[in-house]
Amino acid sequence: MQPQSSNTAASATASSADGPTRTTSSQIVKDFIIRYGLLVILALMIVVFWRLEPAFANARNMFSILQAVSVTALLALGVTVTLAIAGFDLSIGSTAAMSLMASSYAMVILNQGTVVAVVACLLLGLLIGYLNGVLIVYGRIPDLLATLGMMFLLLGLQLIPTGGRSIAKGMTLGDGVAATGTFTDAFLALGRYRVFDLIPLPVIVTIVAAIILWVFMERSRFGRVLYAIGGNERATRLAGAPVERYKIAAYMISGLFASVGGILLSARVGRGDVTSGSSLLLDSVAAALIGYAVLGAKKPNVFGTAIGAVFVGVLLNGLTMLNAPYYAQDFVKGLVLVFALLFTFGFASSQRR
Amino acid sequence: MTDPGSEVIRIRGLTKRFGSTMAVTDVDLDIRRGEVLALMGANGAGKSTVIKILCGVHPSDSGAIEIDGRKIDFRSPLEACAAGIHAVHQIINDGVVQQLTVAENLTLDEICQPAGPAMLNRRRIAERAAEIQSILGLDLPLDCAMSDLGQAERQLVAIARALSHEPKVLILDEPTSSLSESEASRLFAIIEDLRSRDVAIIYISHRMSDVRRLADRAVVMRDGLIRAEFQKPLDFDGIVNAMVGHRTGAGARTAVPGGKPVAELSGFRLAADATPFDLELREGEVVVLTGLIGAGKSELAECLFGTRRPAGGAIKVDGRPYTPKSPGEAIAAGVFMAPEDRGNASLVTEFSVRDNMTLPFLHFFSKLSLLQSDRESAAANVQVSDLAIKCGSIDVPIFSLSGGNQQKVVLGRWLMRSARLLILDEPFQGVDIGARQDIGRHLRETAAGRATLVICSDLEEATEIADRIVVMRDFSVAGVHSLNDLSTDQLVAEISSGGLPAAFG
Repeated sequence: MQPQSSNTAASATASSADGPTRTTSSQIVKDFIIRYGLLVILALMIVVFWRLEPAFANARNMFSILQAVSVTALLALGVTVTLAIAGFDLSIGSTAAMSLMASSYAMVILNQGTVVAVVACLLLGLLIGYLNGVLIVYGRIPDLLATLGMMFLLLGLQLIPTGGRSIAKGMTLGDGVAATGTFTDAFLALGRYRVFDLIPLPVIVTIVAAIILWVFMERSRFGRVLYAIGGNERATRLAGAPVERYKIAAYMISGLFASVGGILLSARVGRGDVTSGSSLLLDSVAAALIGYAVLGAKKPNVFGTAIGAVFVGVLLNGLTMLNAPYYAQDFVKGLVLVFALLFTFGFASSQRR
Repeated sequence: MTDPGSEVIRIRGLTKRFGSTMAVTDVDLDIRRGEVLALMGANGAGKSTVIKILCGVHPSDSGAIEIDGRKIDFRSPLEACAAGIHAVHQIINDGVVQQLTVAENLTLDEICQPAGPAMLNRRRIAERAAEIQSILGLDLPLDCAMSDLGQAERQLVAIARALSHEPKVLILDEPTSSLSESEASRLFAIIEDLRSRDVAIIYISHRMSDVRRLADRAVVMRDGLIRAEFQKPLDFDGIVNAMVGHRTGAGARTAVPGGKPVAELSGFRLAADATPFDLELREGEVVVLTGLIGAGKSELAECLFGTRRPAGGAIKVDGRPYTPKSPGEAIAAGVFMAPEDRGNASLVTEFSVRDNMTLPFLHFFSKLSLLQSDRESAAANVQVSDLAIKCGSIDVPIFSLSGGNQQKVVLGRWLMRSARLLILDEPFQGVDIGARQDIGRHLRETAAGRATLVICSDLEEATEIADRIVVMRDFSVAGVHSLNDLSTDQLVAEISSGGLPAAFG
């Protein structure tokens, strides 16, 4: 057994050179920054905004921030699932916009009730996700291209029934007759009602959705397989998983979450505004990517995505309260994203090899 | 210095290790002007590591390389090119740029010169490209996009590009694997021409007919060592013998006869033009499938695991017809397989040891679809201690383990549940000898209650674990031998089809 003992020695020296076992103080600091850096910055940000503008920290404003980010967060949670399978969904923004227009159309023009409008939107989201998945899995179109195509397709499609106009109560239709339907109170409550006159309903919906998705991704066997597909699709297939079905399901989850986001947006705005969904895609992708850096996950993860969405929301709300010019917002968002990605990939990469 | 037959490269004591695996051990090799040297050996024998060190891709751990008497130590492929060593790699698409034209590909090295002119002169490129292809006597459509060319033409472009540098040493790695007969003979003519112009050629191939046609000398590697060297006239049985290894003193073990049949193949055909065969895999016995590359070993395993459809015949598992359409169906029927190439086909690099092990059996470790991680951990820990897997804990990522331990994790995965038929495709590839013995021993210890099929092209490894050895050749079974009455000579003859191995590749 001579060769074996020399191998043991070799692997022992190799692993000590790799880093994880080194415990110098600089290493500890670095580990801490990689794990908690983003959470610390979030906490610091809240404290600073609160000192500069005390109104920032009152409960009502805090919940306003959460309400403002809830739609972004829902889309970001959906895209997290497609990121987990090493895919991407560029159509989430237009899926949400589609759902916004469809719910408005169902109620205002087709005189339908809350349940029909909501169920129709959810089914539409699932259908869009299914089509994305089929295009990618069976059509063999790269994910970015398939969902980019779907994005444009939906952006155009949602405008066709109304000839490109926004949908509002009493609007005149093509034949000169005024629309007779209206947004139901129950539907509007989805976006506007505050539980205990404090917590907005969209925040509760988003938190519940986030918890369900967290359990699904982190604690169920389905989530484990989705991450495995993202890590090594071929190995996962050879381990017996029906990879095609999982991939399609991932895009359906993404579509479903985007359509829920669209419903909440529609309920808050109260009209089928053709421009409402425009910034949703980039904001939610940013939230999901910032999530890579939370707790040093270095991968798409539900908790990180939720924190990422809150992070962006706090930053923008604080800047607005401090009267920062609107164009500063995109700049700061970009800066945060670049630093978060540096936390994830740049600083952390030396740990891996 | 330029007499034909004089040494251009002298390698002494070359050694390279990857982690705990010795890829190349103490290799001495001379490469001579005007000579075609065939470098042979099974996958993982160390051929490509030697080539990569020569080409400056990997640094060596120890040993010396001299070119024309000067000691060299390449730090990058560019330095190797500057010294006159050029290689055409097996995967052609690594060597050409699909989006550029043929002319641009032929002159790519000049276009990429940092010191070259900033603006491209199309006429100059066309002239130079025509010049380069005339070296090979080619007549390719120079303005065509590379992606419109067939595999063979791409291969020729890559070779022409290497030749444009007037190399001292030309390395060809499986150059005929995608060429037709007539294209191959054109390439051979070119190689013979180069030889007459005193270029040293290292020719890597599994195809005996190529070697027979071209080689002046053959060197056989196995397990990172040079096992044998053959001068013309080449002794082909001797080459195969050196490639697959001799039977060693494993004779102390006698074959387990095996119980009732688990898998029965009848009239089985792997390809439409292959000879049908029958094969029975019995409970409790370990069957090793051996043969050269391209003999159909992996293809047979793929048919059993549902990733390939046979061309004909039937399989029964436990007496019932078995036609798996996916790995999922195979696993459900109790047929498990650890494929060759564990990095790409078995392991999820970012996953922990535990998560890699439990991946196929997550439904056993969950309740209402929620994972019970304590049960997962307990099962993983059993495998870690049974197989003596060296890892910090079952929660460390798999990439931090050595190759041998990664292979043990793959085996541990498929031993978590009891299989009816367990298939392991080249489980000893890139595995150090200690891990190899652990794996072999554990495989035999757990063999009762299932049929075990191991693909293994090394006869020494095969005799360590087998009860029966099945030789494959030309997509069919060439012979079946019990461990008890094994004759190495007969095995070698069957593997190489008695010295007439024309259709090897």
